[in-house]
Amino acid sequence: MSTNHSAAAPVQSVTESTPAAVSRRDFLIQASAIGALVLLATSSGAVKAEEAQKFGADGMPHGWRDDPLAFIAIAEDGTVTVVCHRSEMGQGVRTGMPLIVADELDADWSKVHVRQAPSDEEKYGNQDTDGSRSTRHFFDPMRRCAAAARRMLELAAAKSWGVPVSEVQAVNHEVVHAKSGRKAGYGSLAKAAARLPVPPRDSLKLKSPTQFRYIGKGAHLLDGPDIVEGRAQYGIDTRLDGMLYAVIARSPVFGGKVARFDATEARAIPGVVKIVEIPGTPGPALFQPLSGVAVIATDTWIAIKARKALKIEWEDGPHGTYDSKSYRTQLQQAARQPGEVSRAVGDVDAALASAARKVEAEYYLPHIAHATMEAPAAAARIVNGRCEVWAPTQAPQVTREDVAKRLGIPFERVTVNVTLLGGGFGRKSKPDFALEAAILSQQVDGKPVKVTWTREDDLHHDYFHTVSVERLQAGLDAQGRVTAWLHRSVAPTIASIFGPDSGHEAPFEQAMGMINVPFDIPNMRMENPRAMAHTRIGWFRSVSNVPHAFAVQSFVAELAAAAGRDHRDFLLDLIGAARRIDPTSMKDTWNHGESPQRYPVDTGRLRRVVEIATREANWGSKLPQGQGRGLAAHYSFLSYTAAVVQVSIGNNAELRIPRVDIAFDCGPQVNPDRIRSQLEGAVIMGLSLATLGEITFAKGRVEQDNFHTYQVTRIDAAPPEIRVHLVPQTDWSMPLGGVGEPGLPPIAPALCNAIFAATGIRIRQLPTRYQLATT
Amino acid sequence: MQLQINDKVVEVSATQDTPLLWVLRDHLGLTGTKFGCGMALCGACTVHVDGKAVRACVIPISVVAGKRITTIEGVGASKTGKAVQDAWLALDVPQCGYCQTGQIMSAAALLQSVPAPSDADIDSAMSGNICRCGTYTRIRAAIKQAARAAGTAEVKP
Repeated sequence: MSTNHSAAAPVQSVTESTPAAVSRRDFLIQASAIGALVLLATSSGAVKAEEAQKFGADGMPHGWRDDPLAFIAIAEDGTVTVVCHRSEMGQGVRTGMPLIVADELDADWSKVHVRQAPSDEEKYGNQDTDGSRSTRHFFDPMRRCAAAARRMLELAAAKSWGVPVSEVQAVNHEVVHAKSGRKAGYGSLAKAAARLPVPPRDSLKLKSPTQFRYIGKGAHLLDGPDIVEGRAQYGIDTRLDGMLYAVIARSPVFGGKVARFDATEARAIPGVVKIVEIPGTPGPALFQPLSGVAVIATDTWIAIKARKALKIEWEDGPHGTYDSKSYRTQLQQAARQPGEVSRAVGDVDAALASAARKVEAEYYLPHIAHATMEAPAAAARIVNGRCEVWAPTQAPQVTREDVAKRLGIPFERVTVNVTLLGGGFGRKSKPDFALEAAILSQQVDGKPVKVTWTREDDLHHDYFHTVSVERLQAGLDAQGRVTAWLHRSVAPTIASIFGPDSGHEAPFEQAMGMINVPFDIPNMRMENPRAMAHTRIGWFRSVSNVPHAFAVQSFVAELAAAAGRDHRDFLLDLIGAARRIDPTSMKDTWNHGESPQRYPVDTGRLRRVVEIATREANWGSKLPQGQGRGLAAHYSFLSYTAAVVQVSIGNNAELRIPRVDIAFDCGPQVNPDRIRSQLEGAVIMGLSLATLGEITFAKGRVEQDNFHTYQVTRIDAAPPEIRVHLVPQTDWSMPLGGVGEPGLPPIAPALCNAIFAATGIRIRQLPTRYQLATT
Repeated sequence: MQLQINDKVVEVSATQDTPLLWVLRDHLGLTGTKFGCGMALCGACTVHVDGKAVRACVIPISVVAGKRITTIEGVGASKTGKAVQDAWLALDVPQCGYCQTGQIMSAAALLQSVPAPSDADIDSAMSGNICRCGTYTRIRAAIKQAARAAGTAEVKP
């Protein structure tokens, strides 16, 4: 066995042997073990695979906690403060978690406040805010926290009144003794209650769903007033006494580095405090800062001006030839050859050979950037060997671990204060910007330093959404039924930022709508030819579901057209009868980290959202010339989504989108209005990436600089009507699905299917703007 | 130099070419005005100068000396500004919230000049403000609600 082989193999076996636990952070943990992993993988890899799988929050680093003393504080005036340990980036978690607690505590919502937890997973359980799982994983623990607190208040009241606890009840911020008519507010009982032991978990009585006051009904945003009055604090808003301001010139090519630089001119600008090189790191990108030169100054503007005055020579390194045009050709060539087989059912080759009709299509989706409205920014200071960081991070624990490692100080001496996030979408799961702040603070003897990324920095140095070619081939029989399905997906993998690049999509990426397409087709094969990464690939909201759903759901419409059938009817036939599919039977051993028994793929629920979306959108009714409706449905993050997009194409190929209907089933709903807002947002982001979004590279450098060249959807292109149809689920024994991400994948294919319906033009590459402009 | 911000005169020591945005944020601690692009492309930094919406990221302070500057921290003092903020809360417009202060400033300026804006008026006045979370449909609804609440005029359908 060659050295290369033995170095590459373990990475694969590590990721593949722990499918249930693949969180966006586990990769890091696994990757950090790479130094010692040859031993691990060759001698104990098999043992590891046999370990009992843990699912849901149990399978996450540090799992869950349900200690009321960690999450709930009640002041003497009755104010209830709920600690939110997940990051707020617009999904509404800082309202949702308190809502769950307030309900189970039977608190008066007007007396409920929220406080953000710093990074401390020992205390709070897993804090990674990603994978559409905060509510899914913490609904039950938060309820138990609150039920325990409610019990403690009841016990305290009963004790003070000398009555049996069975005779008292907590009702709307008071404990009541009905027999005597005595009442005591939560505030007056808080001190005594806090001295009592926390009741054992199995003794807790949770409310029955019919008793819910807030859950399923919702509440206004707790952060609303701060946001609309400009008080809300994002990472970029951090202000500390004596703080300095920094911007950084980073290597324009991934993997490149500073060869030499001249800071004479920059240093002469009044207000410049220090100019310092930040060295890059060899090997996989991880969450480490890029090689660069930082300017530290007395305000942000001076730092920006001085950066312009730097003279830097860069050494580009191996990715200096990365070029999006030629890379696309490479991906296409790979997709036209057989690749590693990920899943095979029946005999696709024979079925294709005997098909009455064959259809094939190739789809292309470019890199896209997150472009969070708050570009990355963070502040840090070091006092007496302790580093304190303020960051809009989706991954507080990893931020803390990496800052400690990079500064060479113990983990316990690092604090990460989580601010509000001005958008996350996966970008802020990567704390490179927080590390920069900590490194620079160390460079100025621990003085507070805030690093601000400009929009150009953000677009040039993102962890980009992958780029892919998806090639599909199908055979139809004489009746127009699909008998064979061959899908080749080629895309650089996120795993490449954590270790040697295998060139293959990781199991979790393939399980995002490629291998686990729940269609009733007798012969199916999914292949994954290789593609090497030349930039930092990262999670973007709904991740690989974006390319996979675009290809699969566009192709189904193409097949329906080839078969001469209505797209909806054809799709429903392809999904087949209502049934529950074990994900492992589709080679999906990941299943979003959830138990395959608890979370099977329920085709009945997928059918239902298709039926609802089409019915609500008046599917089948006639539209004027130049207008059309398009449908797409997708299962991701354990939730079911279908969208119908209506388009109107003008004479000069101008695209208008008068209306979108989106039907969604995420199981029981905690805060329905925030689910609606997430879907409204997913529609806009989906349209944005479909119509406008594209990052391209030439000579290893990103060609887009700001919002004029990297365009995103603005209000004038937003549909006048976005109609969200939530599937009511009142059975609370049904497990919760994800909300933040699953709305996005069906939007782009539904749009392109609508354009086809309106014009007969089939769009197979995103964004649509080039093609519509030329028609 | 002196600037008049939210009806207060403040002393500022920054170079004349410094954009108003960085003076507000770094020198005066008025961080409700956000940085988004630095090129007047996204509207996150929108403030009012003599009642008109401008992008603070490209306006040097030398240009705004002697003018009346209103930021998100002060806009609630006006009837229109307050009506916009209230409508934003009533409809729970924000998601991450980062762009919303700029959105509110643009909306308030719109209602000052067009008390009952049509959809086209709204799209035209608000298309300089980007929201990546995608709150646009609620922004349109909230502007109409604010227009009604401000009692400025009948709202066109």
